Amino acid sequence: MKNIGVDVMETKETKEKKEKVPRQKMPEQDPKKRIQNFEEVPFGYTEETAIIEAKRCIQCKKPACIAGCPVDVKIPEFIKEIAEGNFIESAKVLKETNSLPAVCGRVCPQEDQCEKTCILGKKGEPVAIGRLERFAADYERKSGKVSVPAVAKSNGKKVAIAGAGPSGLTIAGDLAKLGYDVTIFEALHKSGGVLVYGIPEFRLPKAIVEAEVEGLRNLGVKIETNYVIGRTKTIDELFEEGFQAVFIGVGAGAPVFMNIPGENLIGIYSANEYLTRSNLMKAYRFPEYDTPIVRGKRVAVIGGGNVAMDSVRTALRLGAERAMIIYRRTEVEMPARKEEVHHAQEEGVEFLMLTAPVEYIGNKDGWVTGMKCLKMELGEPDASGRRSPKPIKGSEYVIDVDTVVVAVGTVANPIVPATTKGLEVNKWGYIVAKDESGLTSREGIYAGGDIVTGAATVILAMGAGRKAANAIHEYLSKK
Amino acid sequence: MNKIVENKKLSENVVKMVFEAPVIAQKRKAGQFIVLKIDEKGERIPLTIVDSDAQKGTLTIIYQIVGKTTAKLSQMKAGDSLQDVQGPLGNPTEIENFGRVVCVGGGVGVGVVYPLIVALKKAGNEVISIIGSRTKDLLILEKEIGENSDRLIVTTDDGSYGVHGFVSAVLQEMIDKGEKIDHVFAIGPVPMMRVICDVTKPHGIKTVVSLNSIMVDATGMCGACRVSVGGKTKFTCVDGPEFDGHEVDFKLLSDRLKTYCESEREAYEKHRCGCDGN
Ligand SMILES: Cc1cc2nc3c(=O)[nH]c(=O)nc-3n(C[C@H](O)[C@H](O)[C@H](O)COP(=O)(O)OP(=O)(O)OC[C@H]3O[C@@H](n4cnc5c(N)ncnc54)[C@H](O)[C@@H]3O)c2cc1C
Ligand code: FES
Repeated sequence: MKNIGVDVMETKETKEKKEKVPRQKMPEQDPKKRIQNFEEVPFGYTEETAIIEAKRCIQCKKPACIAGCPVDVKIPEFIKEIAEGNFIESAKVLKETNSLPAVCGRVCPQEDQCEKTCILGKKGEPVAIGRLERFAADYERKSGKVSVPAVAKSNGKKVAIAGAGPSGLTIAGDLAKLGYDVTIFEALHKSGGVLVYGIPEFRLPKAIVEAEVEGLRNLGVKIETNYVIGRTKTIDELFEEGFQAVFIGVGAGAPVFMNIPGENLIGIYSANEYLTRSNLMKAYRFPEYDTPIVRGKRVAVIGGGNVAMDSVRTALRLGAERAMIIYRRTEVEMPARKEEVHHAQEEGVEFLMLTAPVEYIGNKDGWVTGMKCLKMELGEPDASGRRSPKPIKGSEYVIDVDTVVVAVGTVANPIVPATTKGLEVNKWGYIVAKDESGLTSREGIYAGGDIVTGAATVILAMGAGRKAANAIHEYLSKK
Repeated sequence: MNKIVENKKLSENVVKMVFEAPVIAQKRKAGQFIVLKIDEKGERIPLTIVDSDAQKGTLTIIYQIVGKTTAKLSQMKAGDSLQDVQGPLGNPTEIENFGRVVCVGGGVGVGVVYPLIVALKKAGNEVISIIGSRTKDLLILEKEIGENSDRLIVTTDDGSYGVHGFVSAVLQEMIDKGEKIDHVFAIGPVPMMRVICDVTKPHGIKTVVSLNSIMVDATGMCGACRVSVGGKTKFTCVDGPEFDGHEVDFKLLSDRLKTYCESEREAYEKHRCGCDGN
């Protein structure tokens, strides 16, 4: 079947033929088996299925999918390469605009982005753009033929980057390619930000992130781990040492608690701590690894986002008999990706909707044993159209728990703003960027990712890194 | 990688380690700490910086062998390297000329209080140090602290050296005698800090304690280190490690410190019998 150059406006006949090929599924680990390990859930496409899926793309002349992508990946172009069996070429096309395709293919909310605007989705199912992206990137990595992009001659100008999350890694790569002398300063002992400490192995294997970081090193990027900007050195000290521009990509790393009685009992974790222990520190392999974690039998996770899904699925894998999502609205309002909710349901997670904790109960040794909850109902839609939950009087009841994970959001970590004079932040502590370039209230200092937007997505953080790279290039070219 | 320069036992289970960390050595102030991780599979543990040498680019820490990580640490030799050292973390101690200051240190906390004694002395205070241990052989830094204090009182629980009894009793006696005390720093095991605070509170003597909560990232990202101070939740790593002792909920602190007791015992046992392969 040849479908290159065919536009949306095709004859009825060919169109019908095409719709016969359904969106290709990705084989996955059986739910019963996978909750006993931390290995990745989907196996990825084979070459054959990737080609079949790629051929579903009708190669629109005015592709709506690209408009749905925050970094303008040349979607039809990379898919065409897959359709023709040029997998390595395909990865190259991807990397022109997206420096972490193996990551994005796995964790991007494609259903709200490129796949949402895919023309095929209007009548049937959209092209599985994310799965194809993942396929091409994995193929390239496994082939050992990872292309090293061209690096411009060194211009001797030093740029410092605080934070090795998706935003920091992206800008580092972009500036290194332009010939800058780039150093990333990362607070933790490993690079990757949320990709290594937050998102679990079963959703994003850490080897992939490591390979990407290695790729950056090959471009000449220097990475200083264990380096807390604001503590080990301040941004002003970096300028004194000869850095000419600084990018702040430190994420929205501070956990939010609900400030309800008993929240400091033992066994109550922030999602950040729970996931960091398990992912970054590999507590799921304790005692082979030295970091311990409480392996609860009755685990309640508070919240309805991706972080909550990652936490509850981690709890199952750590041996929970009852793993519960506690959410004060209903499933419709849950911000988590549908795919993750579906995975969690398959694995046996219980969803307790319209429920909110009001107090924790502990035993004499200080361990949590119960969670007092209120039933909620959705009120009339407010100004924003969201129906806000209201407690039902007298609906209190207690759920037996031995572990609780609070996943109700994060806020800005104040270390960098507090130690950088003249850096403007908004009322929530996020750094104020003047425009898309990420320029802050101080000359030469740019910021992007979650520390500007609040907790968002990998791809938006990468997009911010890219835009700041262009802005810094422009700024330093004039200097 | 941070090369170890010296790793020497001060007593049966307390060890002093000096290692290279040039950037931190330049920057650190009294009261701050580091987080270290021995190797790839290691855990991250916080340790107070006892001393530093900006010229040589080294840091000194003092640790007690209490579990697998500190046992492994104690087996390392000069020339070996620590994989990760992060710091300096936490807020420096607020050092001023308070007047007459009593510094109380218990157990391995003696190592932690030592840099404060040095800094307080430098700031012009009259420093009275009370340090204690279970028994004579476990006492550390007596000489160094003596040299930096106007007066030093040593106690042992078993009476094998110095005053027989607890550090708190010595402080109580000073207060009872009507000695003027402007400020107290108390660092050591939780029960000791709690008792010292009980002693000073009725007399309104400001007492600063340094808390040793469990930590993971130590940059305010996880909340593992949360404590309750004046009824409010604080993160020891970024809001502390020093707090007004009269406001600290010590019961919560000691409960939370026991979170991993069982796991740690398991890991330590496996380590000791060599069953964990490292
Ligand atoms: C559990 C979880 C699951 C998620 N799932 C998804 C998903 O499926 N899809 C998706 O698109 N998004 C997801 N997100 C959101 C996404 O991961 C973030 O939006 C994205 O990582 C933000 O990137 P960033 O570069 O701004 O910051 P981060 O990834 O937060 O990285 C910041 C880095 O800066 C470091 N740092 C912090 N302070 C300092 C300092 N003072 N000095 C030096 N370094 C510092 C941190 O250690 C960290 O490494 C998830 C988030 C979490 C927590
Ligand atoms: S140790 Fe993680 S917030 Fe303090």
